[in-house]
Amino acid sequence: MPSVEMTQHLYRFFPQLKDRVITVPAGSVAEVLQAINEIAPGFTDYVLDERGVLRRHVNLCINNTVVVDKTKLTDRIPEDGTVYIFQALSGG
Amino acid sequence: MSDMVVLGTRKGTIIFVRINARWQPRPIAHVGVPVCYAARDPRDGTLWASLDHGHWGPKLSRSRDDGKTWSDISSLKYPQGARYIVKYLPTPDFNPEAPSAQAEYADATVLKIWNIAFGNADQPNKLYAGTIPGGLFVSDDGGDSWELNRPLWNHDSRGGDLFAGDATTENHWNGTPASIDYGVFEPGIHSIITNPQDSNHLYVAVSTAGVIESTDGGKTWEGRNRGMLMDYLPNPESDWGHDPHFVTNCANQPNHLWQQNHCGVFYSDDSAQNWKKVSMPEVGVHFGFPIVADANDGKTAWVVPASADSERIAINGGLFVARTTDGGQSWQILRNGLPQENAYDIVLRHALDASGDYLCFGSSTGNVYLSEDRGETWQCLGNNLPPVYSVRFG
Repeated sequence: MPSVEMTQHLYRFFPQLKDRVITVPAGSVAEVLQAINEIAPGFTDYVLDERGVLRRHVNLCINNTVVVDKTKLTDRIPEDGTVYIFQALSGG
Repeated sequence: MSDMVVLGTRKGTIIFVRINARWQPRPIAHVGVPVCYAARDPRDGTLWASLDHGHWGPKLSRSRDDGKTWSDISSLKYPQGARYIVKYLPTPDFNPEAPSAQAEYADATVLKIWNIAFGNADQPNKLYAGTIPGGLFVSDDGGDSWELNRPLWNHDSRGGDLFAGDATTENHWNGTPASIDYGVFEPGIHSIITNPQDSNHLYVAVSTAGVIESTDGGKTWEGRNRGMLMDYLPNPESDWGHDPHFVTNCANQPNHLWQQNHCGVFYSDDSAQNWKKVSMPEVGVHFGFPIVADANDGKTAWVVPASADSERIAINGGLFVARTTDGGQSWQILRNGLPQENAYDIVLRHALDASGDYLCFGSSTGNVYLSEDRGETWQCLGNNLPPVYSVRFG
């Protein structure tokens, strides 16, 4: 199953995600974020806006590749992939 | 008079309380997070903060135990189908009265929750929030859920009902520079004025459009900009395009309203049916951001003037507050206890408040001053605070 790594800044709002290995079913970015949201309700409100679009100052990578579709989140995460969620430097 | 003052700052929420005649700070809350507005609901003591996360989106935060614990609320969202007409920074030959070209539309998302206001005592769970890009949100359950006020969002001054289709009227709402941080040039609601004597009577002030009134609880809205003057437009008396920096009223004489506008200080004693310019540039009263009215005397108000408008610093390096007690016919300059040399402070639109004889303001350079005698003398509460965005007595 894919694993998820994220900036420790998000642990401030979702302490239940700290110090644990997060694995989710393989699927699209949208499905993976929804799976995290089930572990930590409200999580998607922090990384997506109310249109479901990745927030302007949030970056999301699959392995070493930045996701391409930030609007519909259709990029696929492979079974052995890792999703990285972190803040963009542009957010200051 | 309140013995609590709540500050929203660039680095968190800071509360001062008056204990044994001394104002003392509590430990900072929301440490490191920009808080663009913070206030205490006088009806039940709930504390509110508007978090302006750079990365994670705007959120409200609420404390029901006097600040011991806070919980974030993500339920303030634009509904599906909420759109607005995109605006761009004006060019040098910009004419706001000229018909715009083909309208361009964008889906609305909350960029900033700029202002929070509380309903009257007979509406115990009603709250209001003003946002960029220009939506008024209302909660009837103490902030658990929020709903966009559609009559204002769909107002004719803004292109009509864009849920239903494309614009049917000309859009007169222009952007505020405060939105540029979010990568857009869109309007924002920074002032929500309730009438303590009539729960159906509301005003909002929009940068940049003007003042809009509802007398039926938000079902219908009408512009209230008669008498306003814009120095920078071809037609200074245009119905729309005004840039109120902050608008407020007198709690016990709510037909008296005060407006610190980009183009001066304005006053109305007839429920905003007519505004009158009461600036007095010769004594320094003209440009600024915040304004506060006395709770009992509608003719009394305070401002913190600044050097207009390309500099935006204290005038001649000396910080002062100006007070009128006669509806703006004359102004007293109050400097006792405030720095008079090398002061470059600017006081932002929500960063001045009054409670009885108490006044307090904070500056973008992290200085906070408080008066217990209506501005005659001032004490400093701190010189090394983060930039102050809002000051509200609890």
